[in-house]
Amino acid sequence: MKIVREALAGTLESSDLMVRIAPREEGLEVVLQSEVIHQFGTQIEAVVRETLAKLAIVDGLVVIEDKGALDCVIRARVQTAVQRAVDEWTAEWSALS
Amino acid sequence: MKLRRSMLFLPGSNAAMLSTAFVYRPDSIMFDLEDAVSLREKDSARMLVFHALQMPIYRDIETVVRINPLSTPFGMKDLEAVVRAGADVIRLPKTDTAADVHALEAEVERIERECGREVGSTKLMAAIESASGVVNALAIATSSKRLIGIALAGFDYVMDMQTERGDGTELFYARCAVLHAARYAKIDAFDVVFGDLNDEAGFLKEVDLIKRLGFNGKSLINPRQIELLHNAFAPTEEEVDYARRVVAAAAAGERQGLGVVSLNGKMIDAPVIDHARVVLRRAEASGVRK
Repeated sequence: MKIVREALAGTLESSDLMVRIAPREEGLEVVLQSEVIHQFGTQIEAVVRETLAKLAIVDGLVVIEDKGALDCVIRARVQTAVQRAVDEWTAEWSALS
Repeated sequence: MKLRRSMLFLPGSNAAMLSTAFVYRPDSIMFDLEDAVSLREKDSARMLVFHALQMPIYRDIETVVRINPLSTPFGMKDLEAVVRAGADVIRLPKTDTAADVHALEAEVERIERECGREVGSTKLMAAIESASGVVNALAIATSSKRLIGIALAGFDYVMDMQTERGDGTELFYARCAVLHAARYAKIDAFDVVFGDLNDEAGFLKEVDLIKRLGFNGKSLINPRQIELLHNAFAPTEEEVDYARRVVAAAAAGERQGLGVVSLNGKMIDAPVIDHARVVLRRAEASGVRK
């Protein structure tokens, strides 16, 4: 799928995160801000990249503002942001778990 | 004995509550995709609940999802997500007729077949929120083998009846109708939410009423109400002691070949013995009232 517009998903409340996604040519850039970046930054970015890979997103700018979200919340918010940023959402539910 | 005293509502769009609600140990957790979620967040709530349902922390708690009505643009999408994610129970809002349950059941079965989930493993409950639903309560309660219960939803019901929430008089007929339908169908019955979180005495008074009527439990909107509710539903020490004496007297009578025995001058027959056994099972499952 291709990111064709800017989109947001999530909140800045505790245990949540805000995902901002925008079109970008030539590759994927993930920018991460988190209160727990020293302990969990690598893990959070891995979850974000894995979630995007399952959706076949190869180009885009993804800015994450994390407030201590669990992995499943990160996946849900990234998937929602992508869903809002593409023209046609073609993902199967089985690819989202 | 599966207890369904407390069904805690959680807004499906609230990540923090979805991540932590298991610690309050309600009998069932109900992820809400309907009224608690704004129109612009229906998609994000659906995705959050899809993932929350698969969290290991919810394996030991019955999970219920209130989907949007199938007549809205959201209902079918909700259903596709949460049946695949393994929700134990789907709560159908605004159930007016048995046909509403049949329509839901057909879609649930289709999704189960498509995703490889055991057919019949997704249970249903129907929320009755209108005069039509109350009048059709018996047909609704007996409409599907998947139904584990029916619930009365007070706010929409009193609106439909052109009245408002008060001391419970306005719900009297609906409570009795829903309860009788549930008991006839041998499924559970759930009472309305009590909205005033600061009125503990009022909450307990309502709990006492619906327990005496025979409801299994109540929908809750705040974790603070769980312990109050569970405690009110637990049998007292005196009730448990008496139940033990009844069961012991019945066992002694059986050994002596007596059909009916007496305990302290009161006749102990089959319904009394059955009730005593229910009290003991409930005490085993929920503890004794504090």
